[in-house]
Amino acid sequence: MSRSVRVHLPGHLRELARTGAGEVEIQVEEPATVARVLDEVEARWPVLRGTVRDPFTGERRAYIRYFACGEDISHESPEDALPQEVVEGREPLRVVGAISGG
Amino acid sequence: MAVRLLVGTKKGLFIFRSDDGRDDWSLEAPHFGGWEVMHAKGSPVDPRRVWVSQWTDWHGQVVQRSTDGGRSFEAVGNEFGYRGETGTHQWYDGTPHPWEFKRVWHLEPSRHDAEVVFAGVEDAALFRSDDGGATWGELDGLRTHATGESWAPGAGGLCLHTILLDPADPDLVYVAISAAGAFRSVDGGASWTVATGGLHSEYLPDPEATVGHCVHNLAMHPSRPRTLFMQKHWDVCRSDDGGDHWTEVSGDLPSDFGFPVGVHPHEPETIYVIPIKSDLEHYPPEGKLRVYRSRTGGGDWEALTRGLPQSGCYQNVLRDALSLDTLDPCGVYFGTTGGHVYASVDDGDSWRALATHLPRIQSIEVQVVP
Repeated sequence: MSRSVRVHLPGHLRELARTGAGEVEIQVEEPATVARVLDEVEARWPVLRGTVRDPFTGERRAYIRYFACGEDISHESPEDALPQEVVEGREPLRVVGAISGG
Repeated sequence: MAVRLLVGTKKGLFIFRSDDGRDDWSLEAPHFGGWEVMHAKGSPVDPRRVWVSQWTDWHGQVVQRSTDGGRSFEAVGNEFGYRGETGTHQWYDGTPHPWEFKRVWHLEPSRHDAEVVFAGVEDAALFRSDDGGATWGELDGLRTHATGESWAPGAGGLCLHTILLDPADPDLVYVAISAAGAFRSVDGGASWTVATGGLHSEYLPDPEATVGHCVHNLAMHPSRPRTLFMQKHWDVCRSDDGGDHWTEVSGDLPSDFGFPVGVHPHEPETIYVIPIKSDLEHYPPEGKLRVYRSRTGGGDWEALTRGLPQSGCYQNVLRDALSLDTLDPCGVYFGTTGGHVYASVDDGDSWRALATHLPRIQSIEVQVVP
């Protein structure tokens, strides 16, 4: 069964992929995980490949963090199931750039 | 004819355009706002083609390509995978450090084929695309050179920042790497020879070492592919044998520290540098922004000051931020870390500011286009 997951992308990436303002919605097969959500995001917008995860290792880039339901899940396994609120579309998965402006 | 100026900054790409009179310039709204544009350059074969290296710490490397002269862009390939085992180079403290791709410093379109473009990257390696930037393959003969393990980064990282291509011979390629040195290939980049003979760098344990020289920039006149000019981390030098032997030509410069060096398009012995006070004080001596021109291939230098600030200037000009057009008299353009773009349309005799409030300028490339 697939689920519709909301994803909040950083402004730089929304502009790069021309997704428009606001969140994007992605259809993901259960169990919905960070890895599956990002696989789908990259499949739909290939220009985002490499901008969140390393294109070769698949690891999260150093200046990127993942949040769900107000919790930082960056350091959990990307294969872990996302919280039910995210799976059911009540909360977004947030992909956030670290505070490192300049 | 028109003149197009591509200005890569800390926060986006700015494009200036003029007719060939170069009096009246238009400035377009920035492309890729908020992203650092390391470098942008048009193809000499098809000037409608422009490649851009776009980067941030957050999202890494993106390469953009235009096929309409910079009016619109599309993202192309951004996968720069080192070939084979990557091994290590030296870290700042001399310990081994694994090779890690960070970003593209310089994009050099082929002088022969509109589909071919080279990319110089950090950590230092040379890549080539044969499909307009869609895919990239490493020319790994450079990174795996016998000296590679001993290369160490400069302050900006271990970056391959300069690529020179011979318009007559596609197999002749020069590159420069901070802080490894200069290298020459005569087989299109497959194999490489160190091109640092005669260089002397006091900051090295062995000042005459083969590698370790912090070459800041190289320049070459297209009609003389064996004559190279170098701005080093101290010393302006020239070689007339493709880098086998260098001689210092700093002459009467007020400081021989600096970043860019350029060659006049019609006078192979006329060269330009922009001296900076020292390795620690990256601003012009005495707060006077002066371009220096030598009409003798180095040694004797004249200060070009008309129209440039002669007090209170404490900005730097980075290695890729000087460019010369091919008109007669030639235009000379440079950008500062304070966001000023200066232009001369009389070989450097006089200058005017085209912009004074841009973000920190990383690179400038000018091109005369149909």
